[in-house]
Amino acid sequence: MDTRRTRTASVVATLTVGALALSACGDGASDEPAAAGGTTDGRTTITVALFGTFGYEESGLFEQYMEENPDILIQYESTQGEDKYWPALQTKLNSGSGAADIQGIEVARISEVTANQADLWTDLRDTPAGERVGDYVSWKADAATTADGKVVGLGTDIGPMALCYRSDLFEAAGLPTEPEELAARMGSWEDFIALGEEFQAGAPDGTAFHDSAGGLYNAIVSTEEQIYHDESGELVLESNQAVRDAFDLAARAGQSGLTAKLEQFVDPSWDAGFGSGTFASIACPSWMIGYIKGKAGDAGSGQWNITTLPGGQGGNWGGAYLGIPEASENKEEAAELLAWLTDAEQQAAVFANVGNFPSNTGAIALVGDTTDEYFNDAPIGEVFTTSAENAPTQILGPHDGVAKNAMVQALLSVEVNGVDPADAWEAGVSQVLNQVR
Amino acid sequence: MTSTVPVRSAPDAVPPPIPPRVAEPGPPTWRSRLFRWEAGAAPYVYVAPFFLLFAAFGLFPLIYTVWVSLHEFRLNSEMTWVGLDNFVWLFTNEKFYNALLKTFTIGVLSTVPQLMLALGLAHLLNYRMRARNFFRISMIMPYATSVAASTLVFAQIFGRDGGFANWMLSLVGLDAIDWRNGDLTAQIAIAVIVTWRWTGYNALIYLAGMQSISYDLYEAASLDGASRWQQFRHITLPGLRPTILFTVVVSTIGATQLFGEPLLFGGGTPNGGAVNQYQTVGLFMYQQGWQYGSLGRAAAVAWVTFLLIVVLVLLNTAIMRLRTAQRLSGGDD
Repeated sequence: MDTRRTRTASVVATLTVGALALSACGDGASDEPAAAGGTTDGRTTITVALFGTFGYEESGLFEQYMEENPDILIQYESTQGEDKYWPALQTKLNSGSGAADIQGIEVARISEVTANQADLWTDLRDTPAGERVGDYVSWKADAATTADGKVVGLGTDIGPMALCYRSDLFEAAGLPTEPEELAARMGSWEDFIALGEEFQAGAPDGTAFHDSAGGLYNAIVSTEEQIYHDESGELVLESNQAVRDAFDLAARAGQSGLTAKLEQFVDPSWDAGFGSGTFASIACPSWMIGYIKGKAGDAGSGQWNITTLPGGQGGNWGGAYLGIPEASENKEEAAELLAWLTDAEQQAAVFANVGNFPSNTGAIALVGDTTDEYFNDAPIGEVFTTSAENAPTQILGPHDGVAKNAMVQALLSVEVNGVDPADAWEAGVSQVLNQVR
Repeated sequence: MTSTVPVRSAPDAVPPPIPPRVAEPGPPTWRSRLFRWEAGAAPYVYVAPFFLLFAAFGLFPLIYTVWVSLHEFRLNSEMTWVGLDNFVWLFTNEKFYNALLKTFTIGVLSTVPQLMLALGLAHLLNYRMRARNFFRISMIMPYATSVAASTLVFAQIFGRDGGFANWMLSLVGLDAIDWRNGDLTAQIAIAVIVTWRWTGYNALIYLAGMQSISYDLYEAASLDGASRWQQFRHITLPGLRPTILFTVVVSTIGATQLFGEPLLFGGGTPNGGAVNQYQTVGLFMYQQGWQYGSLGRAAAVAWVTFLLIVVLVLLNTAIMRLRTAQRLSGGDD
């Protein structure tokens, strides 16, 4: 009879709805923090909460550590975006519960930690990790040390800069494809723009020279010593000519159609563009290597290559630290794991796997002659080592994150909404001032 | 009413006869006192759990938010009393007015088509048809999908390069649209997500309302030769008045609080686009609190939003009352 069939249909529909509702709950549940550390059947549980790609899981390092230390159980969780990770961590730190034993700290947050949150983090000098403090690039270690000498984190990676490009698209546009030739053509960022105009004249349909004005801007300021703050911690965004010049140059590139107008890490078309070729070049901090491989996939192997920034400048964009919240109940064991993860050999393994460039000086020595098959056997070890050596010691400050975000948004408005660069600059600056005063 | 109507019927006015008291020796026992207390207190005890929970998780946060909004309060630092500074900052901030405007336009773009579609769907599903229950239940599936999942899918659909929406446009010879970065286009995209999610939910509520309307009315109307449209207009709509009020109020509240869709549409960032073209009040509040760490300012935004919702709901109710009053006094038809 008909009713039986309709009833079956409605039962099926109900079950499907139920399953969807359950899966919706599942989504939420996976965001929950890992349970605080403790002891399970004789093993000490160390919780590790990170953001983005630190490369430990990808390189099998957690597995390896647990094999070598059978009394330790590592529970790892990762949040994709740092901008979501950090606020959540803040509430946990403040309430004194819920934070993991080891937490990642992005470089843009480190000055806030040393300035305002030092008492929420463990002084690593008092732990088994203390003897390692001297193993890292000096500016990296200095940034994680408070005025009274407390060390709140050990460095994982740094972000030396290079330029990644699609050699197939460069060839199609009639540009040189060899890294050395390109480097010779680019003595300055102005030359880079000129190269872009030449590319655009012969470019395949639907391909822009660079991915975004915001990315270009970040690459230019990454070579500066003083960006948003001066040494006394004052905000100097308004008066820093280097920032203004970088902004204007990037805005010009955006206005003249040299960019694909895709917001980095946000626009789904940006991710797709690595494979589909909507852009032919991108500013390439070392950690971008792994990102490109992930997004362009196997099909992209051999299409990409890498060269130095214009004029062979060094720069740094990003990087991170590992720290132990004061509330952790397993500081001893956590510090041992932390020291191991940031040790030379492990950092070298992470670089080989996902491209995060080591901040441990011993590891830098190990990776100097790394080449990458995916990038046409480019000598990525040498490129990034040179960039790291030439990089200035950047002055970090508490408003770096807000200022960077505002500038990138302002440049996007020039690219996609046709806002006049001067107006966009004003809007960006006033957005920052509105927030920090 | 006229003056000839006699005084209220007498029997009601007379108090019921007092039952003769049974002589009770001595004071009431402990037991009987407990019983009497129980009779009086029981209803309150039964409703207490809700009110206790509400006090802890509803009322207290509400009041504490006022307290926070009167301070400068950054995460990891002490609260400093600043009086009404946060509100002064808020009402002189053009970004706030921008957020109000965007909340309003996205609200209209999503609520109006959503409720009209829901009404139409419910009307159709109210007729006898095959597999009616299947259609009714599958309608609510979008509602059961998580905001995150659906928004991520829609963000792909509205992608600039290779998105489904632009592919459809290309079929009819139209140029690709940068949905995310355009002003109106981004708002439309978000309105589509909201509409997709909530239409079925509202349709089910309308359907429930329609089923309380006697079928005889429809039968009588069709005997008199009324078309389906006439039936809808003259039987369904008047009968659904309270239900429509309910959905309008709920949708207004939802639209004012719109947050998840624009946040995820913007890739998890609270900017709401390069020129804040889809930054709703909810996103503005989140940005203050969690991107900039200004909890005091965020609390001020939260309170203004709350008051705004109260005003909007009162306005909605007043308009519906007014229309009902007009109708009862023989205003229309």
